[in-house]
Amino acid sequence: MSAMKELTKGFVKENPTFVQLLGMCPTLAVTTSVFNGLGMGLSVTAVLMASNVVISLIRKCIPNKIRIASYVVVIAGFVTMIEMLLKAYVPTISKSLGLFIPLIVVNCIILARAEAFASKNTVGKSALDGLGMGLGFTMALVIISAIREVLGNGTFFGISVFGAGFQPVTLMLLPPGAFIVLGLLLGGIQLLSAKCKGGDQK
Amino acid sequence: MIVDLLLLSITTILVNNFVLVKFLGCCPFLGVSKRVDTAIGMSIAVTFVMTVASAVTYLVQVFILDYFGIGYMQTVAFILVIAVLVQFVEMVIQKISPALYSALGIYLPLITTNCAVLGVAILNITEKHNFIYSVVYGLSAGLSFMLAIVLFAGVREKLSLSNIPKAMQGFPIALVTAGLLAMAFLGFQGLKLV
Repeated sequence: MSAMKELTKGFVKENPTFVQLLGMCPTLAVTTSVFNGLGMGLSVTAVLMASNVVISLIRKCIPNKIRIASYVVVIAGFVTMIEMLLKAYVPTISKSLGLFIPLIVVNCIILARAEAFASKNTVGKSALDGLGMGLGFTMALVIISAIREVLGNGTFFGISVFGAGFQPVTLMLLPPGAFIVLGLLLGGIQLLSAKCKGGDQK
Repeated sequence: MIVDLLLLSITTILVNNFVLVKFLGCCPFLGVSKRVDTAIGMSIAVTFVMTVASAVTYLVQVFILDYFGIGYMQTVAFILVIAVLVQFVEMVIQKISPALYSALGIYLPLITTNCAVLGVAILNITEKHNFIYSVVYGLSAGLSFMLAIVLFAGVREKLSLSNIPKAMQGFPIALVTAGLLAMAFLGFQGLKLV
């Protein structure tokens, strides 16, 4: 019961992108196609889960004063591993995400979960928390990139949606599109959550 | 040489603005832009750290990573250098100018997780800049961050006084505003400098 809760809280209630507004840089930058969004989301999920497990394991032997620095080193280690794995097995993703793979190190979601959750909870719970938050982040990226790809390119996951007659809104693929899509999405979410507040427990 | 450096900095500040075109440093851009004076403080601190970080990470890359052939340690090495540097800058500013320290105080530790700083360090290496180019690139990246965040903070100060639909208040309208600002910066793409 409580394990399930640790896993699913990242999906909607504490979604890192839509509710906590963390990790905005990759969210805005790589969501030009669903493929990129999914690749980024899964990479972050892997790093987040691994770093949560390790940080939770060593949480008792890290001196309080240098804990942030130690977390960053753990995270950077895993990011380097992911970077090398992607380069070796999925070079297309590695090429299209480019700079943003090493920048997973400074993704605030990962550090925030290390500080707020993994440093206080058991290994099992931290792993589930990492997985849940990572999947929540992936979901958010896929939603944003689906909107941008369908409107901006007329395709979904590379498959044409509207046929040849569709005039793509190129703006959606350009930087302003990212800001505007995310802004309108968040507006919609605020509208919905304000409407649901009566029935919801929170 | 001078002309090249000037072109590099204008390209970085206007055409390839770090925040609005490259999406580096979005977190502080959205987080610390509610007021113009805090935005200026933050961006001065970021510019300073970026310039120094560009110089130091370049030297680390050439004299440690390349020398020993351990290029795969780049991410780990750079983030450590930046974290140490930020701590160091914090202590120096505290000692030399307590007034500046109290103004910047809370923003300094945040700079470690500003992805624009690590971004500029890595870009310097991937774009094969030499030492002087790296420093100029770091400085211009900082200035481009400053331009974007100060403009944005100015707009947001006005926004806080206007009548916005309830659902769009706060973050959503800020993002749409940033989108319009980014659209304005797209205009600079027409500049053919190089």
